Amino acid sequence: MSIMIKQHADSRPNTTMTTFPIEKIRADFPILSEKIRGKDLVYLDNAASCQKPNAVIDAISDLYRHDYANIHRGVHTLSVRATDKFESARTKVKDFINATSEKEIIFVRGATEAINLVAQSYGRANIKAGDEILITAMEHHSNIVPWQLLYEQSGAVLKVAPINLKGELIYDEFAALLSDRTRLVAVAHMSNALGTINPVERIIAAAHARNIPVLLDGAQAIPHMKVDVRALDCDFYAFSGHKLYGPSGVGVLYGKQALLEAMPPYQGGGDMIRRVTFEKSEYNSLPYKFEAGTPSIADVVGLGAAIDYLNAIGMDAIAAYEGELLDYATEQAGKIKGLRIIGEAERKGAILSFVLDHIHPHDIGTMLDSLGIAIRAGHHCAMPVMDFYGVPATARASFAMYNTRAEIDVLMRGIESLIKVFG
Amino acid sequence: MFDELRDLYQEVIFDHNRNPRNFRVIEGADRQVDGFNPLCGDRLTLYLKMDGNVIKDASFQGSGCAISTASVSLMTEIIKGMTAQEAEDLFKKFHEMTTGKEEYLQLEALGKLAVLAGVREYPARVKCATLAWHTLDAALKDQHTPVSTE
Repeated sequence: MSIMIKQHADSRPNTTMTTFPIEKIRADFPILSEKIRGKDLVYLDNAASCQKPNAVIDAISDLYRHDYANIHRGVHTLSVRATDKFESARTKVKDFINATSEKEIIFVRGATEAINLVAQSYGRANIKAGDEILITAMEHHSNIVPWQLLYEQSGAVLKVAPINLKGELIYDEFAALLSDRTRLVAVAHMSNALGTINPVERIIAAAHARNIPVLLDGAQAIPHMKVDVRALDCDFYAFSGHKLYGPSGVGVLYGKQALLEAMPPYQGGGDMIRRVTFEKSEYNSLPYKFEAGTPSIADVVGLGAAIDYLNAIGMDAIAAYEGELLDYATEQAGKIKGLRIIGEAERKGAILSFVLDHIHPHDIGTMLDSLGIAIRAGHHCAMPVMDFYGVPATARASFAMYNTRAEIDVLMRGIESLIKVFG
Repeated sequence: MFDELRDLYQEVIFDHNRNPRNFRVIEGADRQVDGFNPLCGDRLTLYLKMDGNVIKDASFQGSGCAISTASVSLMTEIIKGMTAQEAEDLFKKFHEMTTGKEEYLQLEALGKLAVLAGVREYPARVKCATLAWHTLDAALKDQHTPVSTE
């Protein structure tokens, strides 16, 4: 009996590892077999952009080879086919994040444009001089600068909720910053520089108690966990396709239908109108009101293929696998003398940001690159986070579902070696 | 393990990174200019003491990667005693060496600075090596606005 229990306990950590179809997944990503400077590629820059599976690459080239034309306007067969593929991708996105309707899914260029859309459309209509927008100290520049532009345009004030040294939002201070002037809360679901997953459920509940809408910047969170916008009850959710194993150039703004209906258009042009005269134009209905001009058709179709691919694996399985990868990487990194992890939140996604004593992150990046290891070195578009920790930059290894423990071992051996070289 | 990086990270560079020369403030400096690389966060302040047209003393403060630290450290050593014009000429040669536009390089003319020639193969790192020299260029032209590589 005791032997059986022991066996069970011993084999448990491996069970998830082996049931997760890692070899099959790796084989689906052709770039993973590239050699970099003669070495096997170890791609750990996934928080910047993920690599693409064959399913996505093929969906894009198939569209161009067989079904491509402009969408929505043509009566000819190809236009109908392209429109069907484009709109079915919208349905896939809707189901993937559990939105209520396709009308709530706006295709944009990326999370950045999604946030700018909210700032310029919702913001300019609803946020006036002296009104406040509340963000956190761990935001990416794309969830800071659009609000600063709004400040220049309308005088809306940016309020910043602080973080602690572990890289967690100090919730009480956040809650204390909610005021009668707060018109919007805009926070990262997960931090790109620290990996922190914010307590968005509490944030949304507290904001809604004061009738304040909440925008979640989901660029980092969406590839790592199941996102259910209805369960979260967020008002806006922004994410990029390229971080979700889809192509660059496409992203999504989810918005609650009633909010989107009431918002003025973001850009004017074709497709977003119903009728145009020189005196006045009548705008199209949702979601087209916010989709002026020809969109990135093939990339939208590619994003739909990425979602199909992820659904087949399952976001919960991905989250569990990546959680084990992060635990392993954190444990191994902890054994390296002189390595300091930046971002040690209790709830964290698969990002390991770190600094080494006396070795600049850019030197780390170049040295690891010579071993075929791609990490990011820099401020990660989160300069205020770097200032908070008093570092000019960090090195960041960010993991995806196709990474392995063996790759983490290669990374750790690389770090140990470069520490020796720098002496 | 890092054999192929030997051209980039030569021992001289490690040496200057570990023990930067002229890493101090010159009190009463005639020229003082900040240099900044926003991409990697490298920051330095360059100080010059001039005697007429001659650079009498040069020093720096700041933090950066090994390449940028070694570059500014080597630069402060080599420009001491030079006229402003000689330093500017050397900047041009250095710039040509690091950006690799000249097929034939007179590395001898660059003396010790030749250890930085390896950055040519690493486009992402060229600015690390040239930040010091762009800052010097601004100092010699008596500009006071901070220098940025971007």
